[in-house]
Amino acid sequence: MVASEFGVPPNLLDLLKEPVLAVQDFLVLTGRALKNIFLSPHYTDDIFLQMDGIGVGSLQIVALTGTFSGAVMALQMARALASYGQVGKTGTLVSLTLVRELGPVLTALMVAGRNASGIASELGSMKVTEQIDAMRALGTDPVQKLVTPRVIATAVMLPLLVIIADFVGLAGGWLIADFFLSIPSKQYWSSAWRALDWSDVAQGLLKPLVFALVISLIGCYYGLRTTGGTQGVGRSTTQAVVMATVLIFIFDLMITKIWVS
Amino acid sequence: MADAPPQPILQFDRVTVRFDGADVLTDLSFAAFEGESRVILGASGSGKTVLLKTALGLIRPDSGKVYAFGKDITIMSERELFDIRSRMGMLFQESALFDSLTIEENVAYPLENIKSIQCPKDQVLPRVKEALEFVELGATLEKFPSELSGGMRRRAAIARAVVTGPPLVLYDSPTAGLDPITAHTIITLVIKERDISQTTAMIVTHRYQDGNLVANFRYNSKQGTLEPARNGERQGARTTFMVLKEGRLVFEGDQDRLELSKDAYVRKFVKPRV
Ligand SMILES: Nc1ncnc2c1ncn2[C@@H]1O[C@H](COP(=O)(O)OP(=O)(O)O)[C@@H](O)[C@H]1O
Ligand SMILES: [Mg+2]
Repeated sequence: MVASEFGVPPNLLDLLKEPVLAVQDFLVLTGRALKNIFLSPHYTDDIFLQMDGIGVGSLQIVALTGTFSGAVMALQMARALASYGQVGKTGTLVSLTLVRELGPVLTALMVAGRNASGIASELGSMKVTEQIDAMRALGTDPVQKLVTPRVIATAVMLPLLVIIADFVGLAGGWLIADFFLSIPSKQYWSSAWRALDWSDVAQGLLKPLVFALVISLIGCYYGLRTTGGTQGVGRSTTQAVVMATVLIFIFDLMITKIWVS
Repeated sequence: MADAPPQPILQFDRVTVRFDGADVLTDLSFAAFEGESRVILGASGSGKTVLLKTALGLIRPDSGKVYAFGKDITIMSERELFDIRSRMGMLFQESALFDSLTIEENVAYPLENIKSIQCPKDQVLPRVKEALEFVELGATLEKFPSELSGGMRRRAAIARAVVTGPPLVLYDSPTAGLDPITAHTIITLVIKERDISQTTAMIVTHRYQDGNLVANFRYNSKQGTLEPARNGERQGARTTFMVLKEGRLVFEGDQDRLELSKDAYVRKFVKPRV
């Protein structure tokens, strides 16, 4: 009825209804999760447990991807710079690309793969086995108990992981520079260091903070809306990873655009 | 004044619950009184679980009112509901024990998390042990739910539901998926809890013999078994049967009326008494 009043075919409105409701639900969850940071009870044990799982658990994979992307960047940049006779500037470019882009994005993608899925499947299993209902029945707010600790833990750990990824990435680039490009170590490190100003560092740390919110909240959102048994858990898990990945790229573009202008 | 009708402990007033545009509960009304046992029968998908969750305030009705302990819970915020829920125990269909916690931690959970219970710290463990003794699971404190059999999980979940001593206990299919012997143990526990703690109970089941036991037997604490209760001796402790069909209440009444019902759907749930 409403649809025809505005001259929009009703089936088009129906098509839009679901995504709009989903975004609304997601924003409500986000609001509640963030508000709970300032409300008691605080489940401190859960925060540390999650920090361990998300941060320490991702350390290896993040270090590995960091090293390799730094090394690859050094090779690629050196080749591009060679045509200008500027191979000595490799450190500069490796450092800029790592700190501004690759460090935050690759780390976030790795953590999204590990933890958006992990969170979605854990909360999803709890949902389909009525553990979420049981929590509410036994006097606990699932957002306070499950979502907020995961948001806090990811927001603390992801920037730290990015710092580590940046450093090991630079070290990976240095290995290449040292062994294959015969750039003196001192020159590599000093050009890498001089390339960065505070704005790069700020951008490099703001991004993981935003990505952390995306990863944890998307994981929790898809987990908590799981229906349809174990099959549904699988579906939620996949959707969470896909959505988190897409959103990471979108937010990366937005933050970069705002930063550049 | 003395003749004032007793207030229902749980009342549904024309409750309708809708999911994705389809009615799951339709215009459902009933009132349960203190000391009463209610046996809820119905095919799978008829809305039995939704009914119990609506009673707990876990699901909000799309229309109608739910009163628990005389209070309208449909207008309460989640925080206000915590107080009402602390007076209800719920056994979920698949137990819903927290699988990251041990049995001891699971049973301690309501004592430690429900604000209005205010159980002193040094009282938690004794009460957990007492509740687990009650369901004859005293030796499993350190185990995780995944290490227990289905029947043991069900018993641990009953312990968790009743550890706070709630006056109203809701059991969602306590015997579903269990072998006949374990099912009998579980229904014995349900009746034991009802008779020892004098609680009001709502019991969802698809086994008529469960309903028959609830209606006609009582717990003998000396022998630890069930014994037939002649009607006179269970005065004030009547059992009402409810039959749900696709979200509608198609029968409400005592066992005699249930067995006389001519409705084909209702008859499917009624078996000769054992
Ligand atoms: N959260 C939900 N979302 C959508 N539909 C639901 C939900 N919970 C229950 N239903 C539907 O409600 C109906 C009744 O379910 P339920 O109360 O679980 O049945 P049962 O009597 O077997 O316990 C079913 O058709 C089920 O698909
Ligand atoms: Mg059910």
